[in-house]
Amino acid sequence: MSALLALPLLPLAGFLVNGLLGRRLPAAVVAAIACGLPAAAFLLTLALAGSLGDGDAALSATAWTWAATDGFRLDVSFWFDSVTAVMCLVITGIGTLIHVYSIGYMRGDAGYSRYFAYLNLFLFFMLVLVLGGNLIVTFVGWEGVGLASYLLIGFWFEDPAKTAAGLKAFVVNRLGDTAFLAAAFVAWHYAGTLDFQALNAWFASSAGIGAGAPSVATALGVLLLLGACGKSAQIPLHVWLPDAMAGPTPVSALIHAATMVTAGVYLLARLHGVYAASPDAQLVVVVIGAATAFAGATLGTVQYNLKKVLAYSTMSQLGLMVMACGLGAWSAALFHLYTHAFFKACLFLAAGAVLHALHGEEDMRKMGGLARPLRFTFVVFMLGTLALCGVPPFAGFFSKDEIVWLAWAAPTGSPLLWAVASATSLLTAFYMFRAVFMTFAGTSRVEPAVRGHLHDAPPTMAIPLAALALGAVVAGFVGLPHDWREALHVGAPFFDRIEPIVGAAAVAPGRGSATVFAGLAVLIAFGGIALAWMRYGRGARDAAAGRPSSLRRSLDAGYYVDALYARLVRGLDVASESLLGRRIEPLVGRTSIDMVAGLGRAAAATAAKLQTGDLQTYLVYALAGLALVLALAWGAAHG
Amino acid sequence: MTQYDFLLALAVLLFGMGLLGATMRRSTLAVVMSLELMLNAVVLAFVAGAVRTGTLGGVAMAFFVYVAATCEIALAMALLVAFVRRRGTLDVGAANELGG
Repeated sequence: MSALLALPLLPLAGFLVNGLLGRRLPAAVVAAIACGLPAAAFLLTLALAGSLGDGDAALSATAWTWAATDGFRLDVSFWFDSVTAVMCLVITGIGTLIHVYSIGYMRGDAGYSRYFAYLNLFLFFMLVLVLGGNLIVTFVGWEGVGLASYLLIGFWFEDPAKTAAGLKAFVVNRLGDTAFLAAAFVAWHYAGTLDFQALNAWFASSAGIGAGAPSVATALGVLLLLGACGKSAQIPLHVWLPDAMAGPTPVSALIHAATMVTAGVYLLARLHGVYAASPDAQLVVVVIGAATAFAGATLGTVQYNLKKVLAYSTMSQLGLMVMACGLGAWSAALFHLYTHAFFKACLFLAAGAVLHALHGEEDMRKMGGLARPLRFTFVVFMLGTLALCGVPPFAGFFSKDEIVWLAWAAPTGSPLLWAVASATSLLTAFYMFRAVFMTFAGTSRVEPAVRGHLHDAPPTMAIPLAALALGAVVAGFVGLPHDWREALHVGAPFFDRIEPIVGAAAVAPGRGSATVFAGLAVLIAFGGIALAWMRYGRGARDAAAGRPSSLRRSLDAGYYVDALYARLVRGLDVASESLLGRRIEPLVGRTSIDMVAGLGRAAAATAAKLQTGDLQTYLVYALAGLALVLALAWGAAHG
Repeated sequence: MTQYDFLLALAVLLFGMGLLGATMRRSTLAVVMSLELMLNAVVLAFVAGAVRTGTLGGVAMAFFVYVAATCEIALAMALLVAFVRRRGTLDVGAANELGG
């Protein structure tokens, strides 16, 4: 068995052991299994990535043939190139850190082994998703991570609100999954293949162009985008992500910030050839991404729940990644995906440490002044925040500002797009520092009962936090911008590995200097920080008393998207009740069910008359049968 | 009409009488006797065939049939005794519980 196939099996083994036997094992053994196997998977990923050749070299393996009929063959195949390697390193590396953090965070929880079993199950499906060599294998992982996400959001299932949040995530994702499947059908129908590499090649080849590739690519591209919208919380399917914060905080960090929600971006990047063939689909991707980035950032400014601020921030950053995909800047999108995983996981885990210290309090209005008692947590949260805001030299500066610059400089970029991306940056800096000021600065608004025993993170939580904070600081250095590379005479290992596969981001001529725009972006970030300081830094004073403005109310209600969906569903409900339930169903019931059943009953009654119970009747039947057989045999012999 | 044709015709006649008796007589005992009559008709046909062709196959079959018939009679008598004890009658129509 090749090492590639063993990679997803490691966390699966953890799931099986902890899922089946975990309740009988001591907590330390459960934790050792749950953290050890992902760590082994991380080492294996490192070895695999190290064994990859230069350029677009790739490893592939086929586990078995899943289905084969005339003209159709579906292999359970895996594909490992540099793009996959980045995803796998993020999944297993950050995943392992979050597992270790969970040891401390979930200590004493009644569902300790169940929690770790689910977490390992998630890693398994996530690895299947990114390693999948064709749409169907990826779809298996895609559905599986959805399941793990549902199980973990509703992990504390005694609370109906949390179960409902899990259900919401599952149902909303279902819409995206349907689009994903439809995309697979379209791909199969026109291109005759489901394999990622073959699909990219088909759209690049003349065979594809002859078969009307642009329109096929547009249909496929839009369907894939819809699928990505579900997983990656893009408008209009973003509504589940803020609610998903009901799950344990490490889950939010792993699934709803670092890995699963980036699956949509990964999918788009995996099938970049489709979008290369269709400018229309690219435009849709850009619009959705930019709208999500901006909407997410605006919604983040009014949240009082610390985790929901981060959730909207995730949605906004994912929007930037999707926008970069639409601009053809696949490498920039993947680079931001990679750095974002570090600092957003760091932020979530730091937020988790705050929650842990405050015994689960998530409302920032009941925090404040925590910088002194939670000194370590404050430092790592600050590092993550600076990285997210794009302050140099933290990771987000290199990745986010690259996307903002490309919004202007890419061939399909425009001043308007740059303005939207920059406004997103400004708002990002604003809401993040709003959160920092409300949580860590000012006077303490913590409940007096809790204030007495505030405690900083225990070692199992502090070590992963420190590692992720380190990542938030240095992760960006592997992908320096083009101008810097030339000036400093250094390479960018990240882009050198990724660009042979997805191509380099094109820059239109005459769009000015990237360095100038980077400086501008830094100014914008500091502008956002200054705004937050003016409003929240000097003593925590929030929204003026009195009736909130209509803008504020629409922000509080999440632009009424949830209300719109509720109304839509209620409308469908009424229609189904009054029309389908009261009129159609009785009619259909009478004709198709009662009448068919009556027919059957009458036929049975007739047939039953043959069954007299009298021995001699049966004898006559038998003789008649014998006579018939003999007559037929006679006919066959002499006819 | 040769003697063989006569014997075969007799066998067919006997078989037909047995068939009618087995399907129409109401007494279980008479039904069993009719079955025996049908067997005897078959044996007669076998023996007639054997004599006509001068081979032993038909004669051998006659012995096989008699062995089977003996076994059958032993079982049938036991069943009949049980039937009469249970129902108090010999009428075939008394056992019709499986009727639809």
